[in-house]
This record gives sequence, C-alpha cells and structure tokens, in this order.
Amino acid sequence: MSTNAQKKGFGATVWDYLTTVDHKKIAILYMIAGGFFFLVGGLEAMFIRIQLAVPNNDFVSAGLYNEILTMHGTTMIFLAAMPLLFGFMNAVMPLQIGARDVAFPFVNALGFWLFFFGGIFLNLSWFLGGAPDAGWTSYASLSLASEGHGIDFYLLGLQISGAGTLMGGINFLVTIINMRAPGMTYMRMPLFTWTTFVASALILFAFPALTVGIFLLMFDRLFGSNFFVTAAGGNTVIWEHLFWIFGHPEVYILILPAFGIFSEIIPVFSRKRLFGYSSMVFATVLIGFLGFMVWAHHMFTVGLGPIANAIFAVATMAIAVPTGIKIFNWLFTMWGGSIKFTTPMHYAVAFIPSFLLGGVTGVMLATAAADYQYHDTYFVVAHFHYVIVGGVVFAVLAGTQFYWPKMFGTMLNEVLGKITFWLFFIGFHLTFFIQHFLGLWGMPRRVFTFLEGQGFETANLVSTIGAFFMAASVIILLINVIITSVKNEKVGNDPWGDGRTLEWSIPSPPPFYNFKQLPLVRGLDPLWIEKMEGKKGMTPAEPLGDIHMPNNSFIPFVISFGLFVAAFGAMYRLDYAWGLPVLILGMAITFGSMFFRSVKDDHGFHIHKEELTDDNDKGVKA
Amino acid sequence: MHAEEKMTLEKWPAAPEKQTLEGKNKFLGFWLFLGGETVLFASLFATYLALKDKVPSQEHALAEDLFEIPLAFLMTMLLLTSSLTSVYAMYHMKNFEFKKMQLWLGITVLLGLGFLGCEIYEFNHYVHEYHHTFTSSAFGSAFYTLVGFHGGHVVFGLSWIIILMARNAKRGLSLYNAPKFYLASLYWHFIDVVWVFIFSVVYLMGMVG
Repeated sequence: MSTNAQKKGFGATVWDYLTTVDHKKIAILYMIAGGFFFLVGGLEAMFIRIQLAVPNNDFVSAGLYNEILTMHGTTMIFLAAMPLLFGFMNAVMPLQIGARDVAFPFVNALGFWLFFFGGIFLNLSWFLGGAPDAGWTSYASLSLASEGHGIDFYLLGLQISGAGTLMGGINFLVTIINMRAPGMTYMRMPLFTWTTFVASALILFAFPALTVGIFLLMFDRLFGSNFFVTAAGGNTVIWEHLFWIFGHPEVYILILPAFGIFSEIIPVFSRKRLFGYSSMVFATVLIGFLGFMVWAHHMFTVGLGPIANAIFAVATMAIAVPTGIKIFNWLFTMWGGSIKFTTPMHYAVAFIPSFLLGGVTGVMLATAAADYQYHDTYFVVAHFHYVIVGGVVFAVLAGTQFYWPKMFGTMLNEVLGKITFWLFFIGFHLTFFIQHFLGLWGMPRRVFTFLEGQGFETANLVSTIGAFFMAASVIILLINVIITSVKNEKVGNDPWGDGRTLEWSIPSPPPFYNFKQLPLVRGLDPLWIEKMEGKKGMTPAEPLGDIHMPNNSFIPFVISFGLFVAAFGAMYRLDYAWGLPVLILGMAITFGSMFFRSVKDDHGFHIHKEELTDDNDKGVKA
Repeated sequence: MHAEEKMTLEKWPAAPEKQTLEGKNKFLGFWLFLGGETVLFASLFATYLALKDKVPSQEHALAEDLFEIPLAFLMTMLLLTSSLTSVYAMYHMKNFEFKKMQLWLGITVLLGLGFLGCEIYEFNHYVHEYHHTFTSSAFGSAFYTLVGFHGGHVVFGLSWIIILMARNAKRGLSLYNAPKFYLASLYWHFIDVVWVFIFSVVYLMGMVG
C-alpha cells in the first residue's frame, strides 16, 4: 500500500508517474515538463539574440525568425513559467495548509496531462510544416493571413493546455477553502498559499476569455466563420480585447506566486516574521482585483479614444500602490533581521531592485500619451523582461533552490547555486537594461534584423553577450541538479534550519499521506511558534486514525491523449480524408474515458492506523 | 460517515450533497466552475453584441428578419419548466425518495429534449429559409456560436443526467451519488439562467433593439 516505501523497477516507476494522483509527484512532473520547455524557450531566446548580435545578420531567415519569436513567447509564458509555478503550488501549498492532498487529486493529474499534451502538440509544429509566426499575442489580422498550419498548432495546443490550467486553478481554490488544518484560519495562511489562492481566482476568471478567443479564431481558420474577417462584417479588435482580458490577468497569475515565494524566503533567512502580513494579504487581493481593470493599456494605440485610454491609464498606475506596499514590506522584513545570505536569499535581495525597475517602466508605459512613443519598441521588450525575468524567473530559480530539499530530500549545492545566481543576475541586466535605450533610440520590436549606422550595433552586441551569461548560468544549474541527485545526501525535516511554516515540520520528502496526524495551528508561522516554545514539532490536532487516500488512475492520461489525437484530426480535416475520422476517434477516446470514469465507482482506499504506527520515522513527531 | 455506506431514511442527512468531504469539495468546485462558465458566456455575449447585424451585403437577413417570438417563447417555457422539475427532483433526493427523484429527472430530460428539438428546427429554418449560416456573415458566426454553445451545454447536461439515472437505477441513493445528482441539477439551472439572457439579449433585443 505504502507506494514510496520500497525500491521499484524503472518500468514500475514510469507507470507510477503516468497514473499518479499524488500532488507531490504531480509537482515533480510539472517541474520536469516545465523545465524542459524552459530550456526549449531559452534556446529560442538564444537564437533571437544570436540573430540580432550584429547588423544584417543571416543566422536565421525572416520567416524563421518570426516563428522563433512567437514560440519563445508562447513557450515561456504558457509552457514554462506557468507549469513551473504550478509545480511549486502543488509541491508546497497543500503542505503549508496542513492538508493530506488536494481537493481533486484526479483532476489535478488531468490538469497536468492536458498541459503536457497541449505543449507537445504546440511544439510538434516545428517538425510538421512550421511553427506559428504571428507573435504570442497572435493578433487576428496577422494570424488569419498566416499560411500553413502553424497558427492552428498554436490555437489547438493552447486550447488543450488552457483547459488543464483552468482545472488546476479550481482545484487549488477548493483545496485552500475546504482543506485547511484545524486552526489554519485565512489570516494565518502563509503568503505563498495566499498568492496561490488569488492567482487561482485570476485563472478561473481570465482563462475562459482566452478559451472563447481561441475558439473564435479556430472557427475562422478551420471552419469558415467570419468573426475577424472584415469583408464579412467581422472585427479584429474583438480578438485583441478577448486576448488581453485574459492576457493582463495572466501576468499577475505569474507574478503573484513569485511574490509568494519571495515572501516565504525573506522571513526564513531574516529570521523574522513577515513585516505587515495583513497589508501583504490586502495588497495581493487588491492586485488581483485591479488586474482585471487594466487590459486596454495593451491597446492604447488601437484608437479606443481618450476617455478609455485615460481610465485604463489611471487604473494601471493604481496597481503601483499595492505593489509598492509589498516592496516596502519585504525591505522592512529584512530590516533588523539576522540575515543569512543563502542562494535563495540572493535571488530575493536581487529581485527587489530588478523588479522595481520593471515596475517603474510599467508606470511610464501606463502614461497613455507617452506610450504612443514607446509602443512596439524595445522599451516594451525591456519592461516586460524586467518584470517577468526579474520577478518570475528569479522566483522560480530561488524556489528551486529553496524547496528542492522538501521535494527531493537533498540539498542543491550552495556554491554552484551562488555561481548560477551571479551569472544569471549579471547576464539578465546586461541583456535587458540596454534594451530600454535601444527602444528609446527607436529600435522596433519583432524585427529580424537592423541596418548598420543607426547606432544599434553596440547595444545589441552587449545584449547578446548578456544572454550567453544567462545560458551559462542555466547549464551550471543543470550540473548542480545532476551532482546533487547523484550524491543524494539525505536531509531532515527542516534543512534550512529556520523554517517557519508547516511544510518544514514533516520529513523531506514527505510521506505520501503528508501528515500522519493533522497538525494544530496556533498562529501565523505555526512551526516557528512551536520552536519558540521549545518544542521539536507540531502538536497533533487529532488522534492517530485511518487515513483515506485516492487510487491511482491512468484515465487522466487517456482523456488528454484523446484531445491530442482529435486536435490533429481537426487541423488536417480539410487537407486529408483521414482528418475527420481521426477527429471523431480522438473525441471518442476522450468522452469514452470520461464516461468510464463516471460510471465506475472509485472509493479510494484507507491506510490503517496500525500501518502508520509501524513506521515510526514518518508522520508528525510530537 | 463513509460514502459507500448503505443508507436508510433515518440516517439520511439534511444536506446529503455536502455530507462527505468529497461532496463538499465537489459542491464548491462546481460553483467555482460555473463562475468560470459565466465569463465564458459573457465573452460570447460581448462578441455577439459587437457583431449583431454585421453582414457583408444588404441581401443578408438581420436579427429583426429572423427571430420569431412565439418559438423563442416556447423554448423559454420548456427550459424554465425543466429547471422547476429538476428542483422537484432535488427535493425528493433530499427526502430520500429515489423513485420520485428519477421520475422528475425523467420529466426534466423530456423537456430538455423538447427544447433541443425546437432549436434544431429553428437553426434548420434559418439556414434554409434565410440562408443565414455559420459562414455567411460575422453576424451568423456570432449567433450560431453563442446559441450553439448553449445548445452544446444542453446536450452535455442531458447526457449527464441520463447517464446518472441509468447508472444508479438499480442501487438507489447514497452519499456517494447524491453530490453527483445535485451537481447535474446545478448545471441544469445554470443552462437555464444562460438561456434567460439569450432570450433577452438575442431574441427580445433582436426584435426591438
């Protein structure tokens, strides 16, 4: 019964991961798949920078450059950043609230496999006639004119993976609302749990707009409808609205969990409770709320009129207020703390000024009149890389170092970790800081090359050199992962020594049922409270009893695979006779397995308390 | 109380759909899902309003030429009544009267099928009498997508209720299947609410707006 107790063969391990519904294993799947797509997206970024290193370069052709550019953005947002954050949410959030599992373990697995097959489908476009080439925003006027099937790969791939993300969001919301341990009130939840909560709410209300946008564009391209065909009465601005009603909340879906990770790291290594906890919660919720009111700041130059532009400009600037609150709270948390400069803390300290730069250029861009000057220049590229890389990627790298022992039971090497940090930090600023000026000097976005003698040569070369620093840093991170995994020196419950929240009160990695007895939470930073009273662990809130666990299932994989098959059918329906049958076959696989899931009872199983008392080294130590 | 336990009227709780943790989670998760569905339909409504009567040439039929209130009214009545009958079904579910619940669910399904029949007739009518198709204009695309998404939800909801009725026909109510019936009826109410908006925004505003 105890699935992680004994050593298993390779085949059994693979089967275990294909069928798992355990949030900790799903987290590992998210990290592997997200990490893979991060490398793919990074390789695409390197191609972009190599092409732009010198004027009139012909490293890639103009058409291929468009494909690389599109896939870099799409891959990094949908297939790297989101899954990596989902990985941390799955790995950490249920432990932080003292839950034995997420609310819907089956749906959790389904969400992962949908994302995975959507991502694979999207990337298969490279081998099947060309990738999408209309930018990650895929504006309808461009994407309807794009030949071949690249855009169709984009639409169908994102539709499948988007469904998975939506399921993940609902799952996290219900988990946080319904499954907190005794005493874990909302205002005692760790900040990472809070940001997961707000980001999940944003997913719930933002992704359906993307779903509709993608459906409309898919209908236009594959089924002859006229939503964006102006000659038949259509209107391409509808796509822009739908895309950004999703797209702007999306950047907060990415940055809020990043804020959460830093809000965990800073108190641990300052050995002080988070300054202004309730204002942090308030700021998180306010950012989530305002995040839905600002989408048209991406469309200032569309011509919506001065009133609309003014309203969206003011709403956008308002977001600087809660974000500023957070910045000051992080600073005040460190103030007077006994700070330990570990690798995660390096990232956290570097994140604050880096992200602040992105925030300041954000307010500049929010000034609608000035935006006419910045729009579609490298200034925008610099801005969003400062917030996404300086915020989200820093957080992912910091979180990897910080939570690695909790996920895998062994510490990543600190020296290599600091080398990774410095290379990445220097490379990041070298690459993107100069791009602000490239933009102000007039270099447009999305161009595949530039001419000599316009003053862009040096700055572009500097930018490219910076990119190589970041590539080197990621390679060192991979070496670190390999060395650490080979050495595999086991660590205890609280490897950083100053853990404050519940995840550090249980073994690393946790047993598959997480908590032998649910812990009693007596305040914010529950483990810290117990430590301050001289106890070694949490006080249990319940007597030892049977634990109910869900069964593994292969059905999530099959449901997702069916949609993967159906997507090929939908795309090739007009080209080949086999298209329609394949579409029907794929849908039959999906709905058939849903039917099977629906009619077959699955009650899960119980771990009996006698089995729990046998292995004394697991569960809560009192 | 375990989900698979054999139930009697005495043991049947007041809110069987929320008695187990699994039921509680499903209840909340489904409400949240309906929140997401609301955004989905809001996006479709916005698209429809933006593209209403947007046609490539003057020969194309507009909303005021197409819609007939009597048919739309009949469809509204069928769907509203089916929402009421699903409430009756849930009333009997809460009273542990399985056969009566099945009966009212059966009536709900028949009314839903009646609605679907009307919708198929309506679409067929527009296509053959007015050449108003999915591909003829932006208006056509937006109309069939909005109303068709709703119709697709009706088909899914009907299949869901039918499968539930058939699967549980022999074994009666338990705390394992009570949340399933409850959520199916919740979904059915949601479909009904969306239709109220379609009736107002598409049909009534199409005639007078």
